Amino acid sequence: MKKEKKKKVKNQNHTLPLLAMISPTVIWLFLFLVISLVYIIVISFMTKGPFGTIKWMPSLQSYIDFLNPVYLKVFRKSVEIAALTTVFCLLVSYPFAMALSKTTGKKKMLFMILLVLPFWINGLIRLNGWVNILRETGILNSLLMKIGLQPINFMYTDGAIVFGMVYAFLPFMVLPINNSLSKMDPALLEAASDLGAKKFRTFCRVTLPLSIPGIFSGTIQTFIPSLGAFYIADIMGGGNTMLLGNLIKNQFTSARNWPSGAAFSVVLIVFTLIVMKLYNKVGNPEDLV
Amino acid sequence: MTEKMDKKPIISLRNVIKKYGENLVVNKINLDIYQGEFLTLLGASGCGKTTTLRMIAGFEDITEGEIFLEDENMAGKPPYHRNVNTVFQSYALFPHMNVFDNVAFGLVEKKMKKAEIRKKVREVLELVQLTGFERRKPDQMSGGQKQRVAIARAIVNNPRVLLLDEPLGALDLKLRRQMQLDLKHLQQQLNITFVYVTHDQEEAMTMSDRIAIMNGGVFEQIGTAEEIYEHPKTKFVADFIGESNIFETSIHAVEEKMLKLIMEQGDVTVREQGFEVNEIAYLCVRPENIKISEFPVEGFNLKGIIKENIYVGSQIKTTIEMINGYLVKKTAFPDGDMKPAGSIVYLYWDDGKSVLMHTKEDKIYNYIESAEGGSIPS
Amino acid sequence: MKAAAKAGKEKKNGYGYDLIAYTVYAFLYLPILIVIIYSFNKSEINVNFTGFTLDWYKELFSKDRDLWQALKTSLLLASYSTIISCVIGTFATIAMHRYRFPGKQIIENLLYIPIVIPEIVIGIAFLATMSMFGINMSMTTLVISHVTFCVPFVIFTLRPRISGFDASIEEAAMDLGANQWHTLKRVTIPMLVPGIIASALMSFTLSIDDVTISFFAAGPENTTLPIKIYGMVRGKISPDVYGQCVIIMLGTIALVAAAMLILSANARRTKRIQSN
Repeated sequence: MKKEKKKKVKNQNHTLPLLAMISPTVIWLFLFLVISLVYIIVISFMTKGPFGTIKWMPSLQSYIDFLNPVYLKVFRKSVEIAALTTVFCLLVSYPFAMALSKTTGKKKMLFMILLVLPFWINGLIRLNGWVNILRETGILNSLLMKIGLQPINFMYTDGAIVFGMVYAFLPFMVLPINNSLSKMDPALLEAASDLGAKKFRTFCRVTLPLSIPGIFSGTIQTFIPSLGAFYIADIMGGGNTMLLGNLIKNQFTSARNWPSGAAFSVVLIVFTLIVMKLYNKVGNPEDLV
Repeated sequence: MTEKMDKKPIISLRNVIKKYGENLVVNKINLDIYQGEFLTLLGASGCGKTTTLRMIAGFEDITEGEIFLEDENMAGKPPYHRNVNTVFQSYALFPHMNVFDNVAFGLVEKKMKKAEIRKKVREVLELVQLTGFERRKPDQMSGGQKQRVAIARAIVNNPRVLLLDEPLGALDLKLRRQMQLDLKHLQQQLNITFVYVTHDQEEAMTMSDRIAIMNGGVFEQIGTAEEIYEHPKTKFVADFIGESNIFETSIHAVEEKMLKLIMEQGDVTVREQGFEVNEIAYLCVRPENIKISEFPVEGFNLKGIIKENIYVGSQIKTTIEMINGYLVKKTAFPDGDMKPAGSIVYLYWDDGKSVLMHTKEDKIYNYIESAEGGSIPS
Repeated sequence: MKAAAKAGKEKKNGYGYDLIAYTVYAFLYLPILIVIIYSFNKSEINVNFTGFTLDWYKELFSKDRDLWQALKTSLLLASYSTIISCVIGTFATIAMHRYRFPGKQIIENLLYIPIVIPEIVIGIAFLATMSMFGINMSMTTLVISHVTFCVPFVIFTLRPRISGFDASIEEAAMDLGANQWHTLKRVTIPMLVPGIIASALMSFTLSIDDVTISFFAAGPENTTLPIKIYGMVRGKISPDVYGQCVIIMLGTIALVAAAMLILSANARRTKRIQSN
């Protein structure tokens, strides 16, 4: 009897501060994230009403709409562009991250600051800088014409979108790879070469396997945002290319068809969850951030 | 020593049990610690000594039993309501505070006046010889200095008891020896009760008034360094403290305070009490008490051959192989009784220089009973 | 001889890495350079550089109330979101580190949602929910939506730091008479300060550059700078926007430089104390 009472007092001691500390975050995420995601799922199964309203009549129409070849094509293109973006980001980031991890001291600090600094200048303005360089009458084409070449149409192509996305998401690939490379004990490389491995072999057998968590994490952190980033397609694709992000945005804004916008969002959620599921099989979610 | 024992205990542990899930870490221990005493909990890692200390400090709940501090039951009392302070193995200095703020921490919690805090901190820093270090941060100090800050931070609060969890573990040997003496002197000067946890038997012997040897969650023996060394109560203690020759024997006959023992190595007669005929027991003899003779000695039938003599400066270490292959360790001063390797010798020792111990079988039986079906500590 | 050759080879490799690094930095900074140049360009249509002028800066400070208003909105938004995210995120991190409780894994999964689900979905869902409750978009809704995606980053930035702490430091505080609240106030939170600063920088950066979520969560009166620019970028972008970017950039660089100076001054002072 007495013991029970004691135990209760003890529990209270822990429960109160625990609740006080954890509940703001939990309530916040629950109210503004969980409820809204559930709501999106619910309206995706409703019917479009007149004038952009939602008719509370369950239907699968929005999902059936998605099977329209036009939409399926948009979906395929989005995945393709995201995949290409990820591959190019990886190809640029890996050697760059290796270069970063080789530097030390003040130079390293400078390099890291230089990597993060552009983030504080509006991303759209930076993309616009590229537009100025790449467009038909832009800087690059003027240079080409000056040396007697024909101007090339860089802008408003899928390639331009991939280029813009690589530019925007590059640091998200560089930082995790750099993290895992920097964590690596340099003695490992010495040990490998001591054991007779040539540079390339050392890379294949030691460096690369040890940086795989960083590669996975960087891949997720570039692939998923590329799937939904509508503004890059707007700016670099000039509205010629419709990606899933633009499609969802349009359904909610100009087309005012919320159920179908919601359904496309659910498709996107399900797709990213499948990607994450695959990622969990090979990687560790702890490495993500 | 005895005058201390007459006093009332300052800390009492009564049938204290600690379980982590099904894992029994401390198994129904009882201990009284007296005012002004330096008591050491000595044992190998995992024996429950740190857990015992942490239960006294209030960091761990007690599964069963009670702990009293000056007759007050500590059950449910958080660490901040206990008038004991701890010196941690990792020092646990607050990294964001300088030495002054670290030492003043407890005084600020007591809402002491600023002037008084300054005075007290100055005094205690002088005591640990860190005057002038007030503004240093912990990461700007050496291990030994951090150690002294940790001690100053604890004793400035005038605790009834100071708990020390392997405080010298991270220091190098030379500094550790110096700190052992410093700590002992500090304890005598302040007259605070110290409860000290260590796995280093030499450290325990150097500093302690009493040593409590822990093994598998129970006390094997509690006593002064001398008692424990000269009269180990269990085979574990004999083995753990210093070196021992331990023979397995069975009691052959009991005659007027003399016991006749049969061993594989030969027969011996010793002066002991409290054993029954046919009981299995351990006979323990310290290497420095082993003597050799060219001829059989009365009461001893222990024949062996000297395998080697190793000169280690102050001593000669001799290994003697007995007829069953058992190797007896013997140490002696270089001018003592020494025979060349290969000599046939007869072993003996002076009356009272051996200890006969009950085997642990009956003890294991007690475990099962006391743990009420709990697991047997290994 | 051989050693010298080896050293030479290593040097060469070092230059190779430097070349890669500088190329990537060129890629990152080239458009920024263009922005700087065009902010001084006489021609309004940003095609060729026709001559140096400060007109756009004059215009920026005389006419463009909108751009400054948008910047103010963005800065306020980022500040509010950062403060709220850091406060609730810090407490959540401590609670999740210190206690075991039912539902911990659910919270853990909840935190991953804003990271693994594309921002557009979160923005859209937020918009839909707010409109369901008939709530108009305002500064409040903007802050709410930004905190939602900043909090997980705060927690994930702080967590490795708190798990790197020596657990006995908090025990030491309690041992010295500090109750749970005092331990938190005097020891745990002060020790987390460097981590809190890092996570604050992170939330601020995420919030100030966000387009996607702000696009859905901003009301007509609360246009953030990225949204304002998004509106312009698809049409004609006037060079005074570039001018403002250059000013923001200079401000940022000045802040970073000041922070570095303070840090190195601190380091020097530490060294001096140590050598005393």
